[in-house]
Amino acid sequence: MNKNRRALLKSTFVAGATGVAISAGLLTPKAVLAAWPKAAFEAKDASAALQASLGSSSTTTSGDIKLKAPDIAENGAVVPVTVTSKITDTESISIIVAENGTPLAATFNLGANTKGFVSTRIKMGKTSDVTAVVKAGGKLYSTTKNVKVTIGGCGG
Amino acid sequence: MAKSSIKVRAKVKKGEAKVKCLISHPMETGLRKDKKSGKLIPARFIQEVVCEHSGKTVMNAQWNATISKNPFLSFVFTGAKKGDAIKISWVDNTGKSDSTEAQLK
Repeated sequence: MNKNRRALLKSTFVAGATGVAISAGLLTPKAVLAAWPKAAFEAKDASAALQASLGSSSTTTSGDIKLKAPDIAENGAVVPVTVTSKITDTESISIIVAENGTPLAATFNLGANTKGFVSTRIKMGKTSDVTAVVKAGGKLYSTTKNVKVTIGGCGG
Repeated sequence: MAKSSIKVRAKVKKGEAKVKCLISHPMETGLRKDKKSGKLIPARFIQEVVCEHSGKTVMNAQWNATISKNPFLSFVFTGAKKGDAIKISWVDNTGKSDSTEAQLK
């Protein structure tokens, strides 16, 4: 919960810096963006992963994103997650599991005709916050849900 | 038809196509140990899944090893009609890939 509040505070102060990050993002050639972002997926904490994949780690909590995940997942190896975004022009949806060794689970880049809806299944090492981050119009919006895990699913 | 690693179900309702696919893949994280030899099983996971509809990419998903074994993926796109073909392909970190084509129903 504290993490969320910090993110919100940060987003208010860093608004100027975000603008710079966006313009930098526009300069990046498309071909580079299409490649698998190794740094983002191997980042060890959530904000570093966001910074590497979406160019900014400050997100705004939004009620327009629905994150459907179980309250208690019995098996951490298979946790169904569904993200629905009602934000117009949703460009991408990312799923982040804060407590996993590599928090960034997936980024779904959506085409112009693709609706803000993605459903998949993820692995979770232990009880953690799951965050859906939606990129729309150069801004990041997020929704977080805590999922309790009884049996971890990251090997061992 | 050769057996594909991808199973696809795609249905159109009021111009919206809902695609569901199931890929058979081990999705090894590289952190798990072989129970007999005690050695780490090398990582092998899908990094990218692309779905194309009439020459346009409707979905480009980049995955980490965090996605479950035998991954499931579902998404919705508009501007589709019955009988349209979609193509789904994946690439994993070892360079292996597979693709399949399906018809919207």
